[in-house]
Amino acid sequence: MLFLGRQILKVGLCTEKAPEPNDDWRIDGGRIQGQILRLLGRALTIRQVDAGSCNGCELEIHALNNPYYNLEGRGIRFVASPRHADMLLVTGPVASNMKIAVQRAYEATPDPKLVVAVGDCGCTGGIFGESYASCGRVANVVPVDVAIPGCPPPPLEILRGILCAITERRP
Amino acid sequence: MRIADTGLDLRPLAGAVPAAVATVDEAQWSAITERFAQAGTRLVALWGSDRRDLAEGFVVHAAYAAADGLACVCLRGTGDPPSYPDVSSRFPAAARMQRALFDLLGVCAQGAEDQRPWLRHGAWPADFFPLRRDADGARAFDIEQERYDFVTVAGDGVHEIPVGPIHAGIIEPGHFRFSIVGEKVLRLEQRLGYVHKGIDKRFEGTAIDEAHRLAGRVSGDSTVAYAWAYAMAAESIAGCEIAPRAAWLRALLLERERVANHLGDLGALGNDAALAFGLAQFSRLRELWLRANAEVFGHRLLMDRIVPGGVAIDPDAGALARLGRQCDDIEGEVRTLRAIYDEHAGLQDRFQTTGIVTPELAARLGLTGLAGRASGQAHDLRVDFPCAPYDQLNVERAGDVRGDVAARVAVRFAEIFESLRLIRAIVQQIPAGETRGKISGSSAAGFGIGWVEGWRGDVLVALEADGSGRVRRCHCHDPSWQNWPLLEHAVLGNIVPDFPLINKSFNLSYSGQDL
Repeated sequence: MLFLGRQILKVGLCTEKAPEPNDDWRIDGGRIQGQILRLLGRALTIRQVDAGSCNGCELEIHALNNPYYNLEGRGIRFVASPRHADMLLVTGPVASNMKIAVQRAYEATPDPKLVVAVGDCGCTGGIFGESYASCGRVANVVPVDVAIPGCPPPPLEILRGILCAITERRP
Repeated sequence: MRIADTGLDLRPLAGAVPAAVATVDEAQWSAITERFAQAGTRLVALWGSDRRDLAEGFVVHAAYAAADGLACVCLRGTGDPPSYPDVSSRFPAAARMQRALFDLLGVCAQGAEDQRPWLRHGAWPADFFPLRRDADGARAFDIEQERYDFVTVAGDGVHEIPVGPIHAGIIEPGHFRFSIVGEKVLRLEQRLGYVHKGIDKRFEGTAIDEAHRLAGRVSGDSTVAYAWAYAMAAESIAGCEIAPRAAWLRALLLERERVANHLGDLGALGNDAALAFGLAQFSRLRELWLRANAEVFGHRLLMDRIVPGGVAIDPDAGALARLGRQCDDIEGEVRTLRAIYDEHAGLQDRFQTTGIVTPELAARLGLTGLAGRASGQAHDLRVDFPCAPYDQLNVERAGDVRGDVAARVAVRFAEIFESLRLIRAIVQQIPAGETRGKISGSSAAGFGIGWVEGWRGDVLVALEADGSGRVRRCHCHDPSWQNWPLLEHAVLGNIVPDFPLINKSFNLSYSGQDL
């Protein structure tokens, strides 16, 4: 226990500043009123859905929980059920085998809901494209508010995308 | 058993790993399956290809790890529908590979006990076989809700818990069907294939010198291992050797990938046993590690840094020295954290005797890689068939015989320290020179194998070039194929709340096996 406490003190706080939102990533800006966004932005719950990714994006989403990005410290947290979520964070091209599950997760999420697609695959279908086994980009299956490019996008960019979805477009 | 003892006409392949290939008839196929099984040889992969346009019909390939290299036997499927003698009765690990092979190619294993679909869930019709060369891979079908016959467990008080495909966390999708009584798991049946996105079909017709990008996205956490295995296969076909500095840089990238994944897993394992401190500490170290990747190599996860013919990066002496110094810093921190983990009674109570795979069961069912080494299976390609630069680094293989979560944790710690030693040795001894050559003869037709010890286990890439600089067929094999079925055994008799911990201790790839 002594060592544990000493290690915590030695490391100290390493959380860094949050990034500014990027308006270029907005797909459907006007879906949610600004007033609601302000409320969501203070305590946002996210249900992450891997719709067919290579797991690279998951690694970087995991990194958001490390002390440098300190997602929970910003009032944003991942939840276990879409019924508890304000936002779906969807990665991958939507694999055909996952299409029904993704649609059901979307339907199970209470309104008003936000959808953020993560990574080149989520934005465009990426390297996997559309095929007998892939429905391509997330927007082909459920409505998307913000799409974050990158293969995979680094955690800071994912955080930027999440913040972009919960803030109003800058004038 | 050695390749020469097989009695088959195995033709050696050029390349960085010892491998040989032979075409066999049905009697030889059955005989060699039996002989390899009796000798305790490991089945590495099983896949199929459509060679009807070359008048060779459908071909099924099985790769075994013989004592002196990889033995790949190829059999032409016969009959209508085309079929081949079952391998799964002797090598249980083959069962799911055979089911996948049927779903994609329509070639079936005669006499196999389980003929249920594996990768086909209802997204394409039962008479559409995407890997047949005349199948249009771009065609989309109406998706139907599938019915899958899970094995049911009957008895007083037995009930089922269905989990997934979407899991309660930041994890890949898959379905787990638990049959339980009280809190105790009586049976677990996995249903995977949800993230099948048609990778094998996507490879067809891709340029040989571009397809490493696709190989590097079969399983993102093992992108270096896949890219290296793919490059190795392409270089084997072209018959070219890479520059020594490129080989050393590849090993540097591979060991950095291993450390990154082990750091992440050790944190998550602490967290799954209710020590959130572990997650905070290890995820911090992992972040520092990935930031150094971005600084020195230009990508946090090291994607697309290995290319056919060499590597796409060439860090200067200063950057390499910095990576060496980082090993010293991280090693000190990890030693402190290991002491904390070892002495934490609550953590050890959860780790020890949880999720056991005995060495006997591991050998019988073919457990491989990191999880295999924690269950007494002494395989590590870096030790068994060391290619450059591992032949000069004397890798020490980690191992344990307990086969529980604690053993898989211990192997991870041991492998981190060994990889840090390797990285320091690499940055000190790396030769100067070129890092990227053209793969001469990239328009050669032929068959090549790449086989690399990724952090999870051995990754195999079997590549066929069409003679015009394009991929004819490429199959990527993830060690998760072998290890997923063992997870079903590891949870038996454990309580449901220990499943996430046991699952994490294996940390298998969904994408890597779903393809």
